[in-house]
Amino acid sequence: MKKISKSARSSFINYGIVLIFFLFFQIMLSTGKLSNSLSGQLIPICTYVIMALALNLVVGISGELSLGHAGFMSVGAFSGVVVATALKDVITVSPIRLILAIVIGAVLAAVAGTIIGIPVLRLQGDYLAIVTLAFGEIIKNVLNCLYIGADSKGLHFSMKDGNSLNMETGGTVIINGPQGALGIQKISTFAAAIILVLIVLFIIQNLVNSRAGRAIKAIRDNRIAAESCGLNIMKYKMMAFVLSAAIAGAAGALYALNYSTVVPKKFDFNTSILVLVFVVLGGIGNLRGSMIAAAILTVLPELLRQFQDYRMLVYAIVLILVMIITNNSKAKDLLGRVGAKIFKKSAVQKG
Amino acid sequence: MLNYLINGISLGSVYAIIALGYTMVYGIAKMLNFAHGDVIMVGGYVAFCTTSYLGWPVIPAVLLSIFVCMVLGIVIERLAYKPLRAATSLAVLITAIGVSYFLQNVALLIWTSNPKVFPNMVTLPSLVIGDLQISSVALVTIIACIIIMIVLTLFTNKTKMGKAMRAVSEDKDAAQLMGINVNATISLTFAIGSGLAAIAGVLLCSAYPTLMPTTGSMPGIKAFTAAVFGGIGSIPGAMLGGILLGIIEIFGKAYISTQLSDAIVFSVLIIILLVKPTGLLGKKVNEKV
Amino acid sequence: MSEKDNRPILEVSHLGIDFGGLTAVDDFNISLAKTEIAGLIGPNGAGKTTIFNLLTKVYQPSRGKIVLDDKDTNGMNTIQVNRAGIARTFQNIRLFDKLTVEDNVKIGLHNHTEYNMWSGIFRLPKYWNEEKRSHEKALELLSIFDMQDLADATAGSLPYGAQRRLEIVRALATEPKVLLLDEPAAGMNPSETAELMENIRKIRDKFQIAVLLIEHDMNLVMGICEGIAVLNFGKIIAKGTPSQIQNNPQVIEAYLGKKKEAK
Repeated sequence: MKKISKSARSSFINYGIVLIFFLFFQIMLSTGKLSNSLSGQLIPICTYVIMALALNLVVGISGELSLGHAGFMSVGAFSGVVVATALKDVITVSPIRLILAIVIGAVLAAVAGTIIGIPVLRLQGDYLAIVTLAFGEIIKNVLNCLYIGADSKGLHFSMKDGNSLNMETGGTVIINGPQGALGIQKISTFAAAIILVLIVLFIIQNLVNSRAGRAIKAIRDNRIAAESCGLNIMKYKMMAFVLSAAIAGAAGALYALNYSTVVPKKFDFNTSILVLVFVVLGGIGNLRGSMIAAAILTVLPELLRQFQDYRMLVYAIVLILVMIITNNSKAKDLLGRVGAKIFKKSAVQKG
Repeated sequence: MLNYLINGISLGSVYAIIALGYTMVYGIAKMLNFAHGDVIMVGGYVAFCTTSYLGWPVIPAVLLSIFVCMVLGIVIERLAYKPLRAATSLAVLITAIGVSYFLQNVALLIWTSNPKVFPNMVTLPSLVIGDLQISSVALVTIIACIIIMIVLTLFTNKTKMGKAMRAVSEDKDAAQLMGINVNATISLTFAIGSGLAAIAGVLLCSAYPTLMPTTGSMPGIKAFTAAVFGGIGSIPGAMLGGILLGIIEIFGKAYISTQLSDAIVFSVLIIILLVKPTGLLGKKVNEKV
Repeated sequence: MSEKDNRPILEVSHLGIDFGGLTAVDDFNISLAKTEIAGLIGPNGAGKTTIFNLLTKVYQPSRGKIVLDDKDTNGMNTIQVNRAGIARTFQNIRLFDKLTVEDNVKIGLHNHTEYNMWSGIFRLPKYWNEEKRSHEKALELLSIFDMQDLADATAGSLPYGAQRRLEIVRALATEPKVLLLDEPAAGMNPSETAELMENIRKIRDKFQIAVLLIEHDMNLVMGICEGIAVLNFGKIIAKGTPSQIQNNPQVIEAYLGKKKEAK
């Protein structure tokens, strides 16, 4: 019982952090103390926090490297937009439309995750990484050629161009190939984003501390021993992967419905990598770490705006240095010694 | 039809040259060097500057570009990857991504994001056989690829350094005990891989003459795919994978869809890996229980 | 000792495997009674661990038959074999290093804990009941080796001997009919080994299971095994009771003799 309460405490701290984050920015918003650029970042921050949590489920908890998670995000984003736009006149209450969009985005991303997971999860290590990368690129490529429109008869699909949708006059093109989704009604809100973060946290944390989560971690630690204990390896790898894809899809829908236009190129390899960086810097398998890393690193480029051209360069250097410092024992020692010296000096000065 | 095949082989030869760099580095350092694609871009820019701004003739320009990239490769390995030899592969991967961002952004600062029009480095007349017209760039690319393949195979199999390289990729500690200078061997591997990237950069930009800081990333990813396709770590595998990938891409563009060509390339990769999980010529390593 | 049950639980006949052209194990036969403790000995590289890998289907046998409790395991994989009732430990310890000791045992209990992913996520009553039950069961199993106080420790941080014991507990948790122990005493000192011997007997009596063990420690093997098979170059060269094996000239030559010389 002691053990359960320990993990439960950690879970509640995480919920607390999210709520404090929400209250702080909500107060800042309502008192008008938040700059425009920063308040525009609130929903993207939540989106990336969710993405980092989703990817951590695969990379940290399940121990498989995925380089194509942006693909699932884009499946969720575009299906979410289609749902929200197509139902514009049917359901006028926008929160309900948002919920529907997120749920359907998650479901379709889960379907994509299942289709991809079945073949991919048979592979291991670097091969699995490259195939997820390939799938991410395929999804992007296919969405680049996808045209979807809606008129009174329902939805129309085409892989050729907007004209071949054969819509009646007055129909709207929702997704227009490489130009992406246009004229999206922005229905995502900060509060909705925070609720989604909390739901995702709830799902992942409870999963990790249950029978299934234990099995997923055991397979990560030692696949052969897990098999010898009678664990169904594919089942649990799929569970983590598909759930993660679904969460990424939900994040995608939330993200897309915060902008008026979204292009497929937004969800490319670089986005997958960006989220992976959050997970690695936050500590692999550490949910709180990935949330914090995702939040800080999403805002950081905004805060570094004054450095303009240099900001990505600085980002790259910081990334390399952090990796070396956290992973090299010599660098760690050196840093420790320098730290100790500074500490000593200040102690002497005080004395 | 035959034209497409030649174009495919030519594009594939570029992929193959890049993939060789990936595969050699993977073989020896067991790492996915994501910055490799950006070395291509650096090679392209160096050749561009020396010819367009300084008016150098082609051959010294290419040689300088190779030299700069070799040095760059060694420096990257020493500064960024060497401290991480004992770290997890994920940590190394992220560092490689950091290096990739770094190179792209330095290039962005120096050369800005405006695309440069790369001069054709191969100013020979096209080869015409009947209806078939082979551009000199394609021809040079294919010949370069064949020469590189032969030289590399001889190097790794016949020379002492090549053997040291294979020994290090097999078992670093054992190689060290046998008196092989592991650090020097790894540096050499990075130098060769990066030098090849420079050649690939020049050839790629001659065929597709726009040069931007992000020029290297997509060919880099595809060449990486080619290396995996052929069985990562295997030199003939990289060659085969690269050329097949080029052919598939060109034929996919010609007969199926221009827009979906990347999706086709990656789909074929996935199918191959599902049938042969370690690539066409890769060896299977079983975990000992 | 408690009442003996002599019906066979595991019957292996003509088992063999080839790697490439090399025959690693050939014509291996053994029959294990329901509560028997048997030993598998032989020089290094004789194929002992390979036999465990065949029994648990880490490798699929090239030839032969493995019958567990009157069921042919032909066509089963590792997972199905475990569910059918064979559990094992590993020569090179394979624990779930980052999980706690208790969670390691709970993985063993996995197929005997019944609630699904959704009950876990939404913390339905089933989750609480089953988690409570498996928690108690895990502690009970750990108490065999007096390890209940280590329940919250990380498995990877345990000392070597405790890791070996935890592997046994984890294997037991899967409720096997046959327990395969691969060098359980490796790295233990004589008093630990003596204690382990007692515990192996205790486990057999309590759970009424058969134990097949690979071991180099002759005191342990001769002390607890009722039957011993000696393996050399993938083939059985002798079978019998401890005293028969000790006096078999072929065995002395192939194994014990060499070992004495080495010492």
